[in-house]
Amino acid sequence: MSTPSTADAPTHPPEPAATNTGVTPPPAQSARSRTTERVIGVLALVGTVCTVWLGLWVTPPDRTQGDLVRLVYIHPGVAWVALYLAFGLAAVSSVLYLWPRTRSLFWDRLAAAAVEVGVVFNICTLVSGSIWGKPTWGVWWAWDARLTLTAVLLVLFLGYLALRRIPAEPEVRARRSAFVALFAVIDVPLVHFSVNWWNTLHQGATVLNPGLTLKIHGSMAWTLLLGFAALTLVFVWMLLVRYRIGVLEDWLDANELGAALAERQAEGADRAGGPLAGGHPGDGAPTERVGVA
Amino acid sequence: MWRDAALVAGKDLRIEARSRVALTQVAPFGVVALALFAFALGPDRTTMAKGAPGLFWVAVLFCTVLAVQRSVSVESADGARDGLRLTGIDPAGLFLGKAAAVGAQLIALEAVLTLGVVLLYGARIQVPWMIVVSCVLGTLGLAVTGTLYGALSAGLRVRETLLPLLLLPIVAPVLLAGTRIWQAAMTGGTPSDGTQWLRLLVLFDAVYLAVGVVLFGPIQETA
Repeated sequence: MSTPSTADAPTHPPEPAATNTGVTPPPAQSARSRTTERVIGVLALVGTVCTVWLGLWVTPPDRTQGDLVRLVYIHPGVAWVALYLAFGLAAVSSVLYLWPRTRSLFWDRLAAAAVEVGVVFNICTLVSGSIWGKPTWGVWWAWDARLTLTAVLLVLFLGYLALRRIPAEPEVRARRSAFVALFAVIDVPLVHFSVNWWNTLHQGATVLNPGLTLKIHGSMAWTLLLGFAALTLVFVWMLLVRYRIGVLEDWLDANELGAALAERQAEGADRAGGPLAGGHPGDGAPTERVGVA
Repeated sequence: MWRDAALVAGKDLRIEARSRVALTQVAPFGVVALALFAFALGPDRTTMAKGAPGLFWVAVLFCTVLAVQRSVSVESADGARDGLRLTGIDPAGLFLGKAAAVGAQLIALEAVLTLGVVLLYGARIQVPWMIVVSCVLGTLGLAVTGTLYGALSAGLRVRETLLPLLLLPIVAPVLLAGTRIWQAAMTGGTPSDGTQWLRLLVLFDAVYLAVGVVLFGPIQETA
């Protein structure tokens, strides 16, 4: 299991406590990326809160759908993030990983993070759609073309995540996952055609229709757009955090045993009043700092 | 490439002829599946005849998973996979050969299942050529995608559980198209109902054949 530490980990100047254990310290987050992550997180939170406020209290109910229409501020936005942003990003990063000139574990981790967040949003899409479908169509689930395609996508990417969980060298896992993502993406238009011919019930797109003309007006339109922006920010924030965790996980895979050994040795040395004088016990032990991962 | 493909396909079929795993395990499993579907849908033959196209293809899909697993496992012992690569066989040829062997076994199996569907479910086939064409095209798609995923999962200890999860959603278009063509062939409706689905099958086969021929070499390196 203990593979030599991968060279790609962005190494920052090691902290003094970790150097005398002989273990590579976990890659630290730079101050700039921490700030970016926080700013995006706060914006996402503010955007979501505003969307909820506008959607539930400010905007008027719909003439035919009544209060049910308020789901329009969430459901299409969630679907947009899952089906276009997340899975699109996963597809592009997988191809970039497979392309020899741009091969880097960065793309692999990005694809993995995008799929994982995308699956969450995909499930939210199906759940919010179901909640909407019951009162309007009278059923929780209909075998409509778009619903079916969304469900198939979910299953395809659940398979991708299952494959990623299998322990392997980072490069092998990256290649394997990239191929699976590529095959899944190739399948999407084929599934799309087939389920379209099979059955269609869902209404046409509200925003992403050909011509990009809004079929919705006034405060409702603004709330809808704000919802899209807020959910996109939520996606970006989750992606950043998941990527950082991915880096830490890879570090842990590579250094877990070495770090644990160093810790035990340090314990022994401490007990003997040994040569590690000056270091606070446990202070710089790498496993502690990645405990949250 | 073609010569290599013929060699590999011949080897796999020879192994099958001597071990008879597909004949004694996969084909009986297909029949068992047909029987189970009959139990699930009750003894009413009209319901069964109506569901026959879909049930036929679901049984074929399950058998595909078994056939692909067998096709992978014959290479897993004694470093046979590395040996195959060392022979200098063209990866594209290897891909086509493995897929052809799986496809040939599936075609034979589909003949048995068709007979089963006709005899057990009372399905009436009005347009036989559509059945034949859909089986050939559908089998090609199943064999090709199956071989691709088989190669991807070849080195994994959890292959048996992972392969169905990865493969079955991918071949959903084959199931949909195959079922619709069968329905058209059974009702004797206008062939135009089936032709757009036939086109979809051709597209599916062409896409994954091309992907396999180009990428099978790199995929082998991942295992």
